[in-house]
Order: sequence, then C-alpha cells, then structure tokens
Amino acid sequence: MEALRLSRRDAIASLAGLPALSALAAALSACGKKDIRGLPFDGRIVGPDVARGHLLRTGDLLSRPAVRTERVGTAIVGAGISGLSAAWRFARALDTDFRVYDLEEAAGGTAISGANDVSAFPWGAHYVPVPASPNRALEAVLEEAGALIGRDASGAPEWAEEMLCREPEERLFFGYTWRPGLYPRDGASHDDLVQLARFQREMNVLAARKDSKGRRAFAIPTRLSSDDADLAALDRITMAEWMRTRGYTSPRLLWLAEYGCRDDFGTNLEGTSAWAGVHYHASRLPGEDDDEDASEFLTWPEGNGRLVALLAKSAAGRLSASSLVFDVVPAPKPGAPVRLRVLDAARNEVVAVEARHAILALPKFAAARVFAPWRAAPPAFLADMSWAPWLVANLTLAARPEEKGFPLAWDNVLHDSRSLGYVVATHQSGPEHGPTVFTYYQPFTDEAPAAARAKLLGASWEDLASAVLADLSKAHRDLPDLITRLDVVRWGHAMARPTPGFLSNSVRHLAPSGGVHFAHADSASLPLFEEAQDAGVRAAEAILAARGVRFASLAAG
Amino acid sequence: MGNGEGSAGPGAAPALRPGPVYLAVLLIASCGLVYELVAGTLASYLLGDSVTQFSLVIGVYLSSLGLGAFLSRYVERGVARRFVEAEIAVALVGGLSAPMLFFAFSSPRWFPPVFYGVIVAIGALVGLEIPLLMRLLKGTVIFRDLVAQVLTFDYLGSLAASILFPLVLLPRLGLTRTSVLFGLLNAAVAFWSIRLFRDRVGPPGGLFARAGIVTAILLAAFVVADRLTAVAEENQYADEVVVARTTPYQRIVVTRNRAGFQLFLNGHLQFSSVDEYRYHEALVHPAFAAAPRARRVAVLGGGDGLAVREILKHPEVESVTLVDLDPAMTHLATTHPLFLALNGGSLRSPKVRVVNEDAMIWIEKEPDLFDVVLIDFPDPTSYAVGKLYTSRFYSLVKRKLDPEGVVCVQSTSPLFARRSFWIVDATLRAAGFSTRPYHIAVPSFGDWGFILASAKPVEVRPRLPEGLRALSTELLPSLFVFGPDVARIDDVPVNRLNDQVLVRTYEGEWKRFD
Ligand SMILES: Cc1cc2nc3c(=O)[nH]c(=O)nc-3n(C[C@H](O)[C@H](O)[C@H](O)COP(=O)(O)OP(=O)(O)OC[C@H]3O[C@@H](n4cnc5c(N)ncnc54)[C@H](O)[C@@H]3O)c2cc1C
Repeated sequence: MEALRLSRRDAIASLAGLPALSALAAALSACGKKDIRGLPFDGRIVGPDVARGHLLRTGDLLSRPAVRTERVGTAIVGAGISGLSAAWRFARALDTDFRVYDLEEAAGGTAISGANDVSAFPWGAHYVPVPASPNRALEAVLEEAGALIGRDASGAPEWAEEMLCREPEERLFFGYTWRPGLYPRDGASHDDLVQLARFQREMNVLAARKDSKGRRAFAIPTRLSSDDADLAALDRITMAEWMRTRGYTSPRLLWLAEYGCRDDFGTNLEGTSAWAGVHYHASRLPGEDDDEDASEFLTWPEGNGRLVALLAKSAAGRLSASSLVFDVVPAPKPGAPVRLRVLDAARNEVVAVEARHAILALPKFAAARVFAPWRAAPPAFLADMSWAPWLVANLTLAARPEEKGFPLAWDNVLHDSRSLGYVVATHQSGPEHGPTVFTYYQPFTDEAPAAARAKLLGASWEDLASAVLADLSKAHRDLPDLITRLDVVRWGHAMARPTPGFLSNSVRHLAPSGGVHFAHADSASLPLFEEAQDAGVRAAEAILAARGVRFASLAAG
Repeated sequence: MGNGEGSAGPGAAPALRPGPVYLAVLLIASCGLVYELVAGTLASYLLGDSVTQFSLVIGVYLSSLGLGAFLSRYVERGVARRFVEAEIAVALVGGLSAPMLFFAFSSPRWFPPVFYGVIVAIGALVGLEIPLLMRLLKGTVIFRDLVAQVLTFDYLGSLAASILFPLVLLPRLGLTRTSVLFGLLNAAVAFWSIRLFRDRVGPPGGLFARAGIVTAILLAAFVVADRLTAVAEENQYADEVVVARTTPYQRIVVTRNRAGFQLFLNGHLQFSSVDEYRYHEALVHPAFAAAPRARRVAVLGGGDGLAVREILKHPEVESVTLVDLDPAMTHLATTHPLFLALNGGSLRSPKVRVVNEDAMIWIEKEPDLFDVVLIDFPDPTSYAVGKLYTSRFYSLVKRKLDPEGVVCVQSTSPLFARRSFWIVDATLRAAGFSTRPYHIAVPSFGDWGFILASAKPVEVRPRLPEGLRALSTELLPSLFVFGPDVARIDDVPVNRLNDQVLVRTYEGEWKRFD
C-alpha cells in the first residue's frame, strides 16, 4: 500500500506541475506515527484522491497539447464494474480492439479491494445477491468466478456453498447486546410484530406481481421492471410517506425499512423514492412462494473485488491506469472518429485518442465535465441528480473483541448508530479466532450531500478514525486495544441517490451520441453490481451491433 | 449493663441471656466459612490451581476479619443496631456471592475485582460482628469466660461448616444453592437478633423491612437457582478440578473423582476415563474394518490423543496426522500425567504429526491423500463448530480421501438428537458419500452415533485388532442396527454453510433433555 500510495501522490504532484507537493505528501504520510496523533494505532486515508476532481474542474488541462495520437476501436472510459463489463463483453465476442482508461492505478472503481497479511478486504461493494430471476450476463460471470457450479434438473442454478454468505449472516446490537438477524424480536410489542408480518407479506406479494407483459413489478436490473401506473406512482413519493400511507408506524419496522435504504442507497427514508425503497425488498425475493427469507448473498473476503479481478482479466494488456480522460468529443458525422484526450499521469503527458466508439463508464457528474457537449451545455438530468458521500474504514484487529450475546456474524449492525456497522472479512473462509479485518460502512444520509461531502473531505484521519472508534465502542469497548491499523476511504460521490422522481429522469434513457455510449450504475440510479454490469454489457453489444458483428445477446431480459 | 452502651434508651435495657448470643456466633461463623469455601471452589474452577486459590481466599478472608475487628472500634453508639445491619448485609452479599461470581467469571476482566471484593466484604462484616456481640455481652458475663465462649463457638461454627461443605452441601445442593441457603440463614439470624436485642436496636420497623427485602431476594434466588446453575454450568464442579484453562479457542476443564477423570470443553463433557474406551474403540476400528488400506490416517479434532491410541493398534498405519485447533489441548495430551496414562503417550509416537489449525482451513491446503479420516469434533453447539458438519466441509474431506478411503464421523446421539444425527447422514450423502451409520452405548453420554462414509459403498469386514474391550467381531454387525426410537428420518435437510440447520436442530433437541 505504502509504495502505491506514494506513487499516486507523486503522480498527482508532478501532474499539477508542483514537484514540491510530493515532498509534502511524503511528509504527511510519515506522520502516521502513534504518539503524534494520540490514537493507539496506525492508519491513513487511502483511496481516490480529491485532487483529481479539481483537475477536471479548473479546465486548465484543456489547453495542454497532446504529445501523440493513439487509435483504437473502442475507448472505454472508467474501469469500474460497468467499464470492465464492457471489456468483458467485447472479449467474449473476440473483439479485442478496445482500451480501458482509468484515473486510478488499479481497476475496480467503487468495487476496489485491498489486502494485508491478515486478510483481503473490500473498500466498497462487497456482495451480490443470488439472482432472483434469470440473468444471462450475471450468471456467466458468476460461473467464471466459480460461484455457479451447475444446474439442477429444472435448469435452476446451483451455487458454490463456500461463496454463499455463511451463517450467521447478520446480527444487531440492540439494547446492550447482540441479537440474531436485523429485526429485534425481543421486547417487540404485539403490534410491532403484526406490522412486520404485514410488511413482509406485502413485499412478498409485490415480489410475485407480474404485469400483463409478464414483467416483475420490481426487477433487477430495474429497466426490466413493470411500468404499470400504480407502481410508477410510487416514484412520486418518499419511502417515509409510503410507510405512513400504508399504516406502518412501528418504530422497529421503520428502522428496518430505513436501514435498507441507507445500506443500499445511502439515503434515509425521507430521501428515498418509495419505488426504490420497495425495490430493495421486493426485487430480491424469488417471488414464487410465500418465502419469509430474503434471498441469499454471494460474498468473498475481498467483496466484489473478486469480480473486479475476474473482469479485469478481459482487459489485461488493454488497461491504461493512472490515465485521466478529460475531454471526449463525439464524432461530428458518421465515419468520423470520437476524439478523446487523456492525461497520462505517470508520464505527465497528454495523449490524444481517436476511437471509432467510446463508452463513458464514469459517474455522470464527472462525465458532465469530460463530455464536450455537456461541458458546453449542462444536461438537464444533472440538476435532478445527487450523490451520497460514504466513509469506509478497514480495521485490522489483533484478536476478536469480547462478545455479548449472539456471536460474530458477516454483517454486524448497530441499532443506535447512523453507520451501518461492519462486515467481517474473514467470515467466509477464515479462522474463527485471532486476527481479522472489520470493514466499517457509514453513509451520510441526514444532511444535504454537498454539506456532508465538504465535512467528509475536510476531515483528517484522526477525526475519522476517532469517529469510527466512538461509534463501534458502543458495542465493543475493548476495540482500541485490538486495532493494529485503521485505514479509511472517503467516497465523496459514492453512489447516485434514488430520490423521488429518479425513475423518470432522462438519464435512464440516454441515447448514444456521435459514437459515444453511456454506461454506469448511475444510469439506473441504483448502485448495484447488476446495474453497472447491465449498462456495460449493453453498451458493448450496441457497439458490436453497429459494427455488424453477429452475436447472441447476453444482456438480461 | 448500666453504661448504656448498645442500648437505645440509656440504662433502660434488661440484661441479655448469653446462650442465644453464642448460638448466633456459631451460625455467623459457619456462614462466613461457607462463603469462603464457595469462593475458593469457584476460583479454583475458573483459574485452576486449587492450592493457590484456596491459600489466597483464606489469607484474604482472615485479614478481612481483622479489618472488620479493627473497624468495630469506630462503632460508638447503637452497637446492637449496627450488628443487625451488618448481619443483613452479610446475608445479601454472602447469599448472592456464588451467583455473582458465576456471572462475573464470564468476563476475565471483571472476575478478580468482584471476587476479592466479595471476600473482603464478607470477611470485614463478619469480623465486625463478633466484637460487637462481645461488647453487647460485656457486663453480663465475666470477661474471661466471654472471650473463651465466643471464640469456642466461633471455631465450632467453622468446624461444622468445613465438614458439611464437601460432604453434604456441595454434592447435594451445588454452589449456588449452598450460598443462597446460607444467606437465608444469615437473614434468619438477623430477624432473630432484632427480637433478641429488641430493647437495644431502636425502632425495629426499618430493620425488619430491610431484612424482609433481603429474604425475599434470596428466596427468589433460591427458586431460580436451577436456572442460574444451568447458565453457569455449575454441576460439573462437584468434582475436584485438576485443570482449568481458558485458551483463545475454548475453556478446558479436567475434573477428577473416585471413578476417574473427565474432560470438559466449554462445559461439554468430552470423555470420562471410565468408559471412553467404548467411544474411541467405536470411533476408530469400524473404519479400519471397512478400509481396504490404512496406511495414512488423519484425525480431525480429538486432541486428547485417545483416538490415536486406538489407531496405533493397527500396525499397518504409517502416519497419523492429528489436526486440533487448540495447542493447549494437544499440549495437555502430550504432557499431563493423567492424559499420558490414559492415551499411552500416543501423540509422542514418531508416526504422529500434530497440526494446530482450524480443520476447515487446513483441509483446503493439505496436499496429501488419506486412507482413513476420523472426524471427532465436539457436538455442533455453535456456528463455528457447525461449519465442520456442512456439505462443504465433507466435500473438502472427500477430495483428500483416497478413492477407496473411509471416513468416520462422530455424529452426536441418535437417541437424544435423532434428527441431528440423521442430518449429518444426509449431509454426508449430499457431499457424494455412501454412508453406514451405527451406534453404541457409552454410559457417560448415552446411546452414541457414528457414521462411516466412503465414495464407494461401505463394506465392514469382521476385522478387529486384538485386545479390544468393547468391540468384538460378533458384536460389530449389531451396531449397525437401529431400533424404532433411533430409526432413520428421511426428510431431513442438508446442513450447509449458508444454512446451518444442524446447529438449530441440535440445540432444540438437547433442550428437551436438559
Ligand atoms: C461504499 C460502497 C459500497 C457498495 N456496496 C455495494 C454492494 O455491496 N453491492 C453492490 O452491488 N454494489 C455496491 N456498491 C455500488 C457499486 O458502486 C456498484 O456495484 C458498481 O461497482 C459501480 O460500478 P460502475 O462501473 O458503475 O462505477 P464506478 O465504480 O464509479 O467506476 C467508475 C470508474 O471511472 C473512473 N473514472 C472517473 N472519472 C474518470 C476520468 N475522468 N477518467 C478516467 N477514469 C475515470 C473511476 O476511477 C472509476 O474507476 C457500493 C458502492 C460503495 C461506494
């Protein structure tokens, strides 16, 4: 990590034309010493650097001349799940005339992971639910990952037991002790339990509902969902309002519903479209019988980093890392190239790229600064979009904390906290005792995103580490003695927020323009692996079709 | 009397009869000693090393008696009232001492302060009471007689307690009930002394109320003592504790009684030296009878070395790999005289390799194949152990098994946990094994079940080593017969990592018998 970190700082410093910065950066990382900062362990801020945003914002780069010109069939901008999925799709069609550009040194975007001598661990996305309905592309990738190991007589997939989240899946710290599951049944009133049962029944009914065209009411990816008017109407109200109108008043149930929104979208009940809030629950149920259990999750110690590594194989030798794309000009007429300009941060030179097609697999707030037509006239959809800031911390522990109540699970949630608690990296396949890594997640849901982002990005490592510690100390008082390192990532724009109206936002139907296609999880506004993959696969297939390549579509649906 | 000391109204109180006061001394002394014995027993359970624990308890208790006696000089007025109050306090602290200590010992951090706090409190209170009583009697009895009598009854009380405790109280009542019962005795003394000193205690209402509340608390504790006991798994400590160790992985306790010794892991009996041969012969030899070759053997769990002892009775065995999570356990089995006597030093054999690792992690990276794998894990009482009973684990075992090889799994009791037993069978079959379940009576456990499994149909030949005590070639086929109350249940689920039905089923089944 150390070496990588410095090289990134060096890269950014030299790219900004300020070599002195790298000395400063080195000095900053050198003060990671215990006594200076008053916390009994080491750690630092890692992950995407804030400085890169500023480079796009100032526009200074636009005046720098290119040192050379590269030519490529398809330029894929962004090596997150969507960009890598496009690469994967091209590779499967034996089309290798593409190149993937990403600003960071490593592919993965918000699904990156890390590793130390204790365990691999996620820095962002950490699970994929077992698909509740057939999804060709997803199943193909999961098969390559060794997760889908066969099919039963009826053709239903069989999953590798060791990749399905191991029991106990989750526990909740509620009233001074850990309890199984996410809903505290102890001490719940009769009315609480009646409302919970009614809520679960209602979700089951919605999960099972199909429209006249046979589409699920709430599907993954979302574009396959029914557009029945009464369902679409849910997007006009908040989840809080929906709970009210359905007579759900039980505080425990409201907590559970809000937990779902915070966990998946980084929004609270008041900030979530009811359609998205219901989708969280209803889309993951098989929707066949009256099954109380939500569907299962696939997970790995490094989270979705496992899938990043797999997809990145398709782009091996065709990934330009540390490459900031700052200008994309669509082809003015058929046959003309898309023109891109890329800052090669390692060499600090600007490279021009001429591509027959391009896929913008980067978040829309960034795309708006890169895509020339949008720079000239900001697209309308942008005004209605916002991104939730998140904090992720990885805590390396020398030993397990002392426990009260239900034993350590994969997902460990604190009821009286605005964080989401932590996921245990060694849960799937590691030992039951000794060192481990906890991955702590905190979405900032209660403030305007811009204000929360400013605070998050302004905070120091000590501020963030102390806050994480204070939060977890409610459940684990011995934590300070056990932590050997605590590193944090600040995701300023972690995910697009599905606020009311998101379903009718035109961003969901962006047509390709001048050879430029758009692909990112935020095209759907639901931050899910399946959405990112679907966007990448469909963009690639649209380009394959435009080139007259014959292929069998892998896109879901 | 006449100086008014200890009386509410100066000079008003009539003289005391000394007899009842001596009886009070006797009772107080015996209660005090019982609490001390309870604390000592508990500490030697928790911390092992009973010599040290008892020495410490006695030392701290005696010096606290001295502390109390010293403090008694600061009681100037209301001697009788202070005495009754001290008695009520002893009743509460002493009576609840065992439950308090049991709960404290779940936390290594809290146990020492609670432990010494309780001893010091009881010692100081009892040490305060005796001088107060002597002061109350002063003037009634000649001083020379007074000291002699009080001390006589004090020591007699201690003698009674120290005889009753190991012979009657601990075996009959257990620690919790004993301490609560003696608390009630102290409370009774408190009531009685309010009457006895009625002319000296001042307004009795408040004292009666306090004594009443304490009695009610203790009565309630006595009623739920069984539950408290269950929570704290106290029963096993009726026997002498020889080893007690908390390792990062588990709590190891070895107890000894006249019949032999017993190993407990996390409070669950693993074996009793009296009848473990039945268990270990049954675990090991049928697998050898079914395996065409048995050169390379693995034992998963079973760090006590007893299964290995049986394995080494087969001369064709070339290597034994023993995988046990806890180095403290295998260390005990290789060094402790009790264990060495029982396992014959099996783990010191040059054929044996000991690996201290989580079996699930070990098996994924182990390069070798085995002819016989014996799986001897504790029962699936937690998810952490339950994972070693999953189809995932069994399919990993299958990969490490010679195509002709045979596995034997200890699979809990088909009688007490019938469904659990057949879940293990179904899980092995889901992992692609053919199975042959069997069972044998092990008095310490009851009817105990095992399952032979192999990639090929299992054929058990009548082939046993010489000199077995439980198994014979005539008996062998009968072990595979299951009567109606233990018969196969067909529609059981498979135990999977992501859905550990076994842990929940097992817990439910054993609850019915506890
Ligand atoms: C904390 C957190 C937890 C999550 N947990 C889950 C989960 O458990 N399950 C799940 O399904 N989803 C989860 N997600 C959502 C996750 O974002 C999506 O699953 C998916 O990984 C998004 O992929 P993407 O390709 O659409 O976007 P991104 O991951 O945002 O990738 C975009 C890429 O573009 C690059 N880029 C940006 N600008 C430029 C530029 N100008 N030039 C070159 N490159 C550029 C970025 O560096 C990045 O690599 C989580 C997200 C976060 C932040």
